[in-house]
Amino acid sequence: MSTPLLEVRDLAVDLHLGGRALRVVAGVDFEIRRGETFALLGESGCGKSMTALALMRLLPDVGAVAGGAVRLDGEDLMARPEALMRELRGRRMAMIFQEPMLSLNPVMTIGAQIGEVLTGHLGLSAKAAAARTVELLTAVGIADPLRRLDEYPFQLSGGMKQRVMIAMALAGEPELLIADEPTTALDVTIQAQVLDLLKRLQAERGMSLLLITHDLGVVANMAHHVAVMYAGQVVESGSCEQVLQRPRHPYTRLLLTALPEVTGPNQRLATIPGQVPPLDGGVAGCRFAPRCAWVRDDCRSLAPGWDGTLRQGVRCPHADGLAALPEAPRGAGASGQAAGSDVPLLRAVDVSVHFPIRAGLLRHEVGAVKAVDGVSLSIPAGRTLALVGESGCGKTTLGKAIVRLNTLTGGEISFAGGDWSGLRGEALRSRRNQVQIVFQDPYASLDPRMRVADILTEGMAALGVGRNASDRLARVDRLLDQVGLPAAARWRFPHEFSGGQRQRIAIARALAVEPRLIVCDEPTSALDVSVQAQILNLLKDLQDELGVAYLLISHNLSVVEYLAHEVAVMYLGRIVEQGEAKRVLKRPQHPYTQALLSAIPRVDATRQTQRVVLGGELPSPANPPEGCHFNPRCAFADRVCREAYPPPVQADEREVRCHHVVQAGGAYVAAPLRPRLPGEL
Amino acid sequence: MIDLTTIEPALLWTDVLLIGLVLALVGLVWHIRRHAHLAAPWRKVALSRAGMVSASVLAVFAGIGLLDSLHYRPALPDAPALAAGPGAAGKALRHSVELRHSVELRSALDALLDPLPTQVETTYSAPMATRAFNKTALEGAAPGGTARDYPRLKFGGAHLADEGAAKVRDIGERVVRGALSGLACAVGALALLALLCGPRAAIGRFRGWLFGNGEDATHWAAWTLLGIATLAGALAWLAGGYHVFGTDKVGQDVLYQILKSIRTALVIGTLTTLVTLPIGVVLGIAAGYFRGWIDDVIQYLYTTLNSIPGVLLIAASVLMTQVYMDTHPESFETVTARADFRLLFLCLILGITSWTGLARLLRGETLKLRELEYVQAAQAFGVSSWSILGRHILPNVMHIVLIAMVMDFSGLVLAEAVLSYVGVGVDPSMISFGTMINSARLEMAREPMVWWALAAAFVFMFALVLAANLFADAVRDALDPRTRVRGVA
Repeated sequence: MSTPLLEVRDLAVDLHLGGRALRVVAGVDFEIRRGETFALLGESGCGKSMTALALMRLLPDVGAVAGGAVRLDGEDLMARPEALMRELRGRRMAMIFQEPMLSLNPVMTIGAQIGEVLTGHLGLSAKAAAARTVELLTAVGIADPLRRLDEYPFQLSGGMKQRVMIAMALAGEPELLIADEPTTALDVTIQAQVLDLLKRLQAERGMSLLLITHDLGVVANMAHHVAVMYAGQVVESGSCEQVLQRPRHPYTRLLLTALPEVTGPNQRLATIPGQVPPLDGGVAGCRFAPRCAWVRDDCRSLAPGWDGTLRQGVRCPHADGLAALPEAPRGAGASGQAAGSDVPLLRAVDVSVHFPIRAGLLRHEVGAVKAVDGVSLSIPAGRTLALVGESGCGKTTLGKAIVRLNTLTGGEISFAGGDWSGLRGEALRSRRNQVQIVFQDPYASLDPRMRVADILTEGMAALGVGRNASDRLARVDRLLDQVGLPAAARWRFPHEFSGGQRQRIAIARALAVEPRLIVCDEPTSALDVSVQAQILNLLKDLQDELGVAYLLISHNLSVVEYLAHEVAVMYLGRIVEQGEAKRVLKRPQHPYTQALLSAIPRVDATRQTQRVVLGGELPSPANPPEGCHFNPRCAFADRVCREAYPPPVQADEREVRCHHVVQAGGAYVAAPLRPRLPGEL
Repeated sequence: MIDLTTIEPALLWTDVLLIGLVLALVGLVWHIRRHAHLAAPWRKVALSRAGMVSASVLAVFAGIGLLDSLHYRPALPDAPALAAGPGAAGKALRHSVELRHSVELRSALDALLDPLPTQVETTYSAPMATRAFNKTALEGAAPGGTARDYPRLKFGGAHLADEGAAKVRDIGERVVRGALSGLACAVGALALLALLCGPRAAIGRFRGWLFGNGEDATHWAAWTLLGIATLAGALAWLAGGYHVFGTDKVGQDVLYQILKSIRTALVIGTLTTLVTLPIGVVLGIAAGYFRGWIDDVIQYLYTTLNSIPGVLLIAASVLMTQVYMDTHPESFETVTARADFRLLFLCLILGITSWTGLARLLRGETLKLRELEYVQAAQAFGVSSWSILGRHILPNVMHIVLIAMVMDFSGLVLAEAVLSYVGVGVDPSMISFGTMINSARLEMAREPMVWWALAAAFVFMFALVLAANLFADAVRDALDPRTRVRGVA
């Protein structure tokens, strides 16, 4: 380890937007050693992607490197002419982007796209390139690579596309691989596969990996060394273990306590108030000062310098004298226990939603996508039921069916003792206030052309809540106060708010009509960790205060752990395990739940269970596998599993649909299942 | 000038619609100015130099068209004389006998251009010429009686005794004098406007208009207007003594014809969109939002309509109107009213055949919007479908509507020219770019060629369409959310 592979010194990047220059990266220093995984950690808008693009000299047209040096193996990249830079890209440094769907050319075959790199950089002949492509595809774990060569990107699933992207990046045998949020667009089980792959490839080839991510769990699992970025600066740097176990900078500390998995389910999450500051204009003092819990007077005026060495240090003069974080106040009572009752507010029996597949000239039905296929569940008043599963398992469809945005194909839903799924026309319209929904994307769920007050009163006016317009406006003020926004917000437009604030408005909109059940469809997955904590606290407070029940749809199990009383795990349109949240998440019974839980990258290494990596991907709901839907990916599947769908079994005080789970009454067995041996049927 | 007390204002259908449209536009501008989020993208138009220059050129064209839309019937010269009889009897007579008005409609533009419309030569004459284009037999020109020569024009250069060096000097004088006075008038008007906006900061404001305020490109508009004023001044002084663009077959001034053509082009361009817009918007977003059989019906409708050759449909309808007009002569008071009816009908039929593009565009956008979560949130509140269309879908496709409207304008102006050329356009008695080009067909075949009518029509139509296209580009850049700079992580 003589010279580091990549040295970045005082790198500064400006973005020129609308005549103003924003310093999005303001003096970043770090170095990456050979064979090392270096993680750049930070929330959105802190400049980590811009740093990566600047290293490759691939900044957008409005961006420009304003200063600093980037040395690859001692050679200054900023001095290299553009023509020579092209030789470097893909050869010595390669990059993987966040969206595998957008990074592959849709009209080129997989073989041609990888071959392009090989013939271009390594000067291989077409024949040799094809052979090498097959080797690369095998290396990234793509089954049947010969057939895949002639396929187009649309024929591959998301996880496969990301593998192809990785294969493409590896084609030039780079010394440095830059991975910009490589798994953010993927499901947990696929994320686990891709992370394992990256880890294995790095170990095999001894290349360096610059991992850019906002996910602390991914960092904990992958990185050797971490640099935490905030508002264009590195605020803390050190070995992975050191930064995550003994964080020194206030931002890192708060970020870690904002994670629901670190805080217990009945505690309030620590939040970081406010948001990443806009980067225009000169920032006087510490950039984190406005949000810091330990802020002192001199923080606001004096910009803190770097304290420590390049490999390890912190940008905070008070880092070592910080008191322990004041104990966050506990949530009122045992969170909704008082309000909760055993009488189900909503009961769904055997609900299914099928979408017809039409084909041919006369558009006749040739089949159906069974998005939801015979699901039964009940939500007690004032409690939270979480619906968990990978994307495409039908959880959002079920949520929308409960709000009556989809039509049911079969089954029925009753609400508060009365019929719900059978209501039509005016009868349905007049009761729509009872069940409301909060969507995933706060940017798409608010009409950009309406002011906040109009957004909030729209539902009230339609459902006749409030006597007149002034009465409704008074309610708007109350709602804004409830969700923690100033009353002045009501005459502003959605684009003037940040993501977290928008999600608050969306929650206020649902609350406006006094619903008894709110379907929360991935309410925090589009938000940063610190903002996620604010929203989760808000949801919990509202439940304690108003006794509203939630159907929480999420793929993030730590959010579920924090908020839910009960959990239902969905796989391919059916619920495979359902029971009390604590039990299900602590001692999962169904193999799918076990795999799902183990796939989550945990920050706390002691909680990382033995990884059960699932092979393959979610099958199409239009053509589910015979027998148990999970059998092709299950390590325990046998002949019974391939023949019959398992009936519900009571086990360990919950309902599980698996042939191999011990019946109710039997003792709980920690590992009831023996993995299938090779050659065994 | 005309005596305003003796004229009788006359409103043609297209006048009513055009003025209504202008009022609606003014209302819209006022509405946008009051709402910051609506005004923001329009400020970006003000940042674009091409946008500001083209907007001011368009404004000048629109002003000419609007002046030409204020129609009136002048009093016949003998009527006041009759009314002004002596004594009490005469007074009584004045009350009982009303002023008699001409059957010929004139517009404010005609009055402004007076005496240009009446300065008619016998036939063709070249631009700036003092003699006709054809030889005729002249009596007493030669000692032997008649001789064939180019006769002097009745009006073009008639004030000149000597046609040689004096003509050149005269033209030079007129150009300089006209340009200077045009420029002076424009600067004076700007200064007056600055003063009217508030006397306190008038000088600063005036300077800002002329030399820019460092923020937007509005001073480019001011410079364009000054340039146009200079040009117009020179043209006006020249037109006082010459036919600047020559005369046509019946001796009418081509400059006058060009100025009259502008209104026809504007009427076609704007009124047609008035017809297209409601059909295209309603059908487009209804198809996209409701899907199902409504979508099927609307799609079949526009696919069918698109498959019929447009010219065929237009020709059939225009000929049908012509038959109606011929069999009902009593419905039309004046020749202009007849021509106007045909123009209106042409707009209608053009509109009916050209809404399909807009509808298809809006259908696609609505298909995308209806899946957005704010629309679903409204559905979860039980908001009625039509309210959702009006409150959520329509405002969010408005930028597409605007862009399509401005883009269509230039296409329609050209379409009129083509249709008139084919013979199914405006009434032959109505002056338009199309009829001018149509008559140029024969003029181009002459030897020597009569090129000026076509050239003038080409230059002006080119300027109008180019300005409209450039303005459409600027509007699209400002309003299309996809061209905005996206936020970066």
